[in-house]
Order: sequence, then C-alpha cells, then structure tokens
Amino acid sequence: MFIINHRKIFFMISGLLVLTSLIGLFRYGLKLGTDFTGGTIMEIEYSGTRPELALIKSPIDALALGPVSLQTIGERSVLLRLRTITEDEHQALKQTLSGLEKRYSSIGPAVGEELARRGIIAILIVVVLIILFIAFVFRHVSKPVNSWKYGVIAILALIHDIAIPTGVMALLGRFYGVEVDALFLTALLTILGLSVNDTIVVFDRIRENLKQHTGEKFDEVVGRSLNEIIVRSINTSLTVILVLLAIYFFGSASTKYFALVMAVGMFVGTYSSIFIASPLLVSWQKWSARVK
Amino acid sequence: MISRRILAIVIIVLAVLLAWFDLSAYRPFRLGLDLRGGSHLVYEADVSSLSAADIKDAMSALREVIERRINAFGVAEPVIQIETAGLGNDAKHRLIVELPGVTDLNEALKVIDVTPVLEFKTERPDGPEKETIRAAYQEAQEALIAGKPLPDNPRLQEDPEFVSTPLTGRYLKRARVDFGQQSINPSISLEFDKTGGEIFAELTKANIDKRIGIYLDGRPLSAPVVREEISDGRAEITGQFTLTEARELVRNLNLGALPVAIKLVSTETVGATLGQEAFDQGVRAGIIGLLIVAVFMILWYRLNGLVAVVSLAIYIVLVLVVFKLLLVTLTAAGIAGFILSLGIAVDANVLIFERLKEELWQHEHLHEAIRDGFAHAWLPIRDSNLSSIISALILFWFGTSLIRGFALTLTIGIVISMFTAITVTRNLLLAVAPVHKTRLVHFLFSSGFRR
Repeated sequence: MFIINHRKIFFMISGLLVLTSLIGLFRYGLKLGTDFTGGTIMEIEYSGTRPELALIKSPIDALALGPVSLQTIGERSVLLRLRTITEDEHQALKQTLSGLEKRYSSIGPAVGEELARRGIIAILIVVVLIILFIAFVFRHVSKPVNSWKYGVIAILALIHDIAIPTGVMALLGRFYGVEVDALFLTALLTILGLSVNDTIVVFDRIRENLKQHTGEKFDEVVGRSLNEIIVRSINTSLTVILVLLAIYFFGSASTKYFALVMAVGMFVGTYSSIFIASPLLVSWQKWSARVK
Repeated sequence: MISRRILAIVIIVLAVLLAWFDLSAYRPFRLGLDLRGGSHLVYEADVSSLSAADIKDAMSALREVIERRINAFGVAEPVIQIETAGLGNDAKHRLIVELPGVTDLNEALKVIDVTPVLEFKTERPDGPEKETIRAAYQEAQEALIAGKPLPDNPRLQEDPEFVSTPLTGRYLKRARVDFGQQSINPSISLEFDKTGGEIFAELTKANIDKRIGIYLDGRPLSAPVVREEISDGRAEITGQFTLTEARELVRNLNLGALPVAIKLVSTETVGATLGQEAFDQGVRAGIIGLLIVAVFMILWYRLNGLVAVVSLAIYIVLVLVVFKLLLVTLTAAGIAGFILSLGIAVDANVLIFERLKEELWQHEHLHEAIRDGFAHAWLPIRDSNLSSIISALILFWFGTSLIRGFALTLTIGIVISMFTAITVTRNLLLAVAPVHKTRLVHFLFSSGFRR
C-alpha cells in the first residue's frame, strides 16, 4: 500500500524527469546521425601514428566537398563526416587519405528522411493497436475501472518510458556528441514493446485480484497486486539490464549507446509499471467516483 | 514420475543433438554486412515514364540484369532486393544490392553501372578484312593449344562473321513473345522507335537473305535470316525457340533497352575487420551477459533457477536452429532483437517461479503446486507476449531492412520463449520435484533471502 498511498510523490518524480527530458529535447534537440539526415561517414585507420588532424584536413578541404568534420576514434582512427558525395568524389577522397578505409557510408537525404518517417508511422500504429489490444484483453474487467482506461494508462506509461531515454539521448548528444542512429530507433521500438509487456503483467495481477477479492476497495486490490508482483518486476528488469550492461561494457562500439539507452528505458519502464501506471489507475478511479 | 524423468531426458538429449546441429558447418549462419564486412548499395529507379502496370516488370527485369552482372563479377551470396517505399505516384522504387566481402566499391560499381548493351550486327562481307581477322583467331587458337600467352592483336576484339551497325538497344521500343500462324513455335517480335525503324529498314534492305546477328553484352543471342525489307519498324525473330527460351530472350531484349534508368542514392561499406570485431564483441557480450543472468537466477531461485538456466540454454539452441533453417540474416539490430527475446524468456520463467512460490504455501503436494503455478502464470505470459508480437509484426510490416531484421528475430524469439517456458521448464521441474514437501524441498523451491 506504500506505493499507492504515496503515489503523488512518484507522480512528481516522474513528472520532473519527463519535464527535464522534454526541456533537454526541445532545447538541445537530438543530434541526428547520417542515417536520418543523409550525408557521409568515413572511418580511416592509420597503420602507424595518426597524423595531426590539421594535416589530414587540409588536403580534404582542397577537394571542396563542403564542410568536413573530423573526430578521433581510439588510438589510430579518425572519423570523417561530410555531405552526401558521389562515388567519384569518394574515390578522390580516398586517394588523399593514406590510411585504411574501415567503414564508409554515404546516404542520400531522401533515404534518411524515409527511415525517420517510417519509424514514426510504425510507432504510431503500434500505439493505437496496443490500446485496442489491452482494451480487448481486459474487456471482462470493466468494474470499477473501464477496460479502455487500462489501455490509455498503458500508453501514458509508454510516453513516459519513451520520453526519458530520448531526453537522455538529447543530453548525451549535447555534452558527449553522441549521434542518434538507426539503432536508437530500434532501441525505442524495443522499449515500446517491453514497457507495454511489463505494464500488462502488472495489470494482469490486478485483473486477477479483482476477481478473487471482490470485497476489497479498488486501491487496496491494486496495493496488494503491487506487493505480489514487485519482486518479479525487479528481477526481470534486473536480468535484462545485466545483459545490457554486458553489451555496454564488452560489446562493440556501435551498440554501446544502444545498450545504454535500452538500459535506461528498461529501468524507467519497470518503474513506471509499478509506480506510475497502477497508481494512476487508482487516481482515475477515485476521480471518476468523485465526479459521479 | 518415471515417465516424467524419461521425458526430461529425451528433451535434453534432443537439445544436445540440436546444439550439435547449430555448431555444425551445415547451413552456416547468415551474417549481415555490418557483421562480416561488405558493401550495401541503394539504387533508385526512374520509373516516371512507365505506367503502373509496367513498373513491376521493369523492376524485376532490372533486378535480373544486375544479378547476372554481379554473379559474373564473382561475389558470393549477393542479395538483390526490390524495395518500394511510399504509395501511389509518390512511390520510390529502389534496388538494394548487398555485396558481402566487397569493400572496394569502385570495382563493384564499375560492374553494376555498365548499361547492358543490345546490338544488331550484319554479316561481314567476304574479303581481305574477314581473312585477316580469321587469321588472327587462328593464330590465337594455336597459341592457346601450345600453351603460349595470347598474341596481343587488336583484331581479336572483332567478330569475323559480323560487323557492328548503328542499330542498338537504344532504339528498341519493346520486345514480346508472339505465336506465328504457320508454326506452333513461339516467335519474338521487336518494335523499334522511329529512328530505329528507319535504320532497320535500311539494314534489312541491304541484307536480304543474309543474317542479322543480335548481340547482348557482346554475346550473340541469335542470328535470324532477313527475308525482305522491313519498313514498319517491326521485326520478328523466328527460330526453334521453346516458350521458355523465347520468354528469356524477350526479357533480355527488353533489358537491352534498359527498362529504367538507375541512380545510386546511397552506399555503405563496412571493412571486414570492423565487421569481425563487431561480431566477436557482440558474441562475447552475449556470453558474459548470459553467465551473469545464470548466476543470478541460480542464486535467487535455487533449484528452480538451475532448471531455468537449462531451459534457457535449450531456448537459445532452438532459436539458433530456427535462424539456421529460415536463413535469417543476423545483423547487429537482429542480435539486439534476439538478446531482448532472451530477456523476455527469462521473464516467463521468473513469472512462473514467483507464482510457484505462492502456490507452494497453498498446496500439500509439490506437483499440484507446480501445475497450478504454471496454469496461473500462463495468462500474463500470453497477454504480454502477444502485445510484443503485435509490435514486432507492425515493425516488420512498415520497417526498413534494419528494423525488419530486429522485428524478425524478436518475433521468432518470443514465440519460442513461450514454448520453452511452458513445455520445457514445466517438464524439467516436474521431473526433478519430489512428491512430498520436506524442509529441504521447501528451501530448494523458494527464492530470495528467505530460508
């Protein structure tokens, strides 16, 4: 009952986190990578010592490929970013660089935009279908809270769970220059699935207890359900977060931030199912009762 | 009881056999370009001049010509796909070309970018020129037989039998399969555009009763005999074609006219070492993560945890078998989907064990507690996984290739996780559980810090 009784505190914590994320997002924006904006990324590894960046840069500037940014990676590599270039320009660029080309991608702007658009459409459709699905699964539980409200609250929790990792990404982009790539989109989609998955498990327990403990008040049933389910929720997300941390520390560089964002999403996803979604059910029920 | 144990042993033996299959070289796992290095090219086709009905044909013709070219280039397991993005008139038609192991883009692009050439050639008149070329060929042949290097003679570039004409695929409007009235054999009718028709009329007028050679990419396709002057810009190739051959030829001819112009819109290359690194690190991270999870599960859930770890191992074996059989291409995103499904598989076990702990207090017999625990845990497992599957299916439907890879492995993983949680974990637990509750049994089947 502790969680239910003190729900306003948790609402405030979450509200603050979401607000910070949104401010970060709108103030700094996401640092979109070439996957979304189009452009060229090229990673060059030097066999000996890496030349000074200025020495690398001046012959590139001579090619007039527009603004070029250089970033060092590890001991011997350098990452180039520039506009979308043609294959002839790519070959000319390769000629001027003495190192080994480890990775090259040049993405047309239209292709990038489309990835973003399709991602957003997919997310929206998933959201709508999930509301319908939850309303359907919980259709026999219409008292004292209507089944569609479970769906709406699951979506509220979902927005919470998506907003915070996105905010983290905005801050990482602002302060560490981390770019949002296609994998980040995958991470968001994953969080989406897991968040709802987790919320449904918690709601399922409430659904079952409502049937078994018909005498109890709604907030008591919810409180009882949370006590019963909390160990499972923590253990599940703990195991997933352990795997993600392994990916963060031991995995390849390309999946590092993917793992971090996922871990954040996993954490807030579990947190929101217990501390936000279920208490919200209680608040909504009390509010409707008062209105009547 | 004994039958339970036999069943459990059968399950484990089967899993070991399947694990052996996973590790065998038979049907090796397909790794995506990001994990083994290679090039990913996206071409956009200009279909503005085509009617909606022709676009599909044109695109598959395009796919075929590119595929033939890449095969000629000698790339192992190229993947060439047609992708349509958007709807209606705004739709973009793309050709995605994946070349594993090819990191020198310049070379690859040269092969692909060459437009297929359709040529019409007339017979080379007898005379000194023909003799010279023939002599050059004769010399080359003798050199080959003698094992000497080929003589460097520019005449070898020419065809002794035919000479080029101005008529090429550029002037071909279209080709199609026809059935002549006299013969049951299919013939091929060609239609030239206006200029092509005029050139063709001149050629045919000058070459009655002679052959006109039709060449694709420098190779002779057929050499029909001209019977009369043709001035309507239409030609018919008759010959002993089977319907399949005729169709193939028509497709090739239409290809010669190049169905659509293509433009390279994006290229990606991952060096082989970088891909290998990403793969090794991914596998290492997966194994370390799994070990940590296994230790946690055994410490927290004791005997149940041990059963869960065995069940998870079987789960991984099964998923890998499916990846192998369905030839799923594993990319970094795909592996992320798989690892995620692993988390979901653990969740199913955790749900069951937490439930089991509650049932343990209410039942006299352990087996009843296990059965009830599973029955009650099934509903949340089903509902939560169904919602994940819905998400994954939508992502698969709308996603680009990266998202699809993720959605596919996730869906496969979830479906198999439901199966292993309910059947494998259940049977293994029933096999190890004694019938009567003792204090030791209670300890083994409990969890957490409690004794």
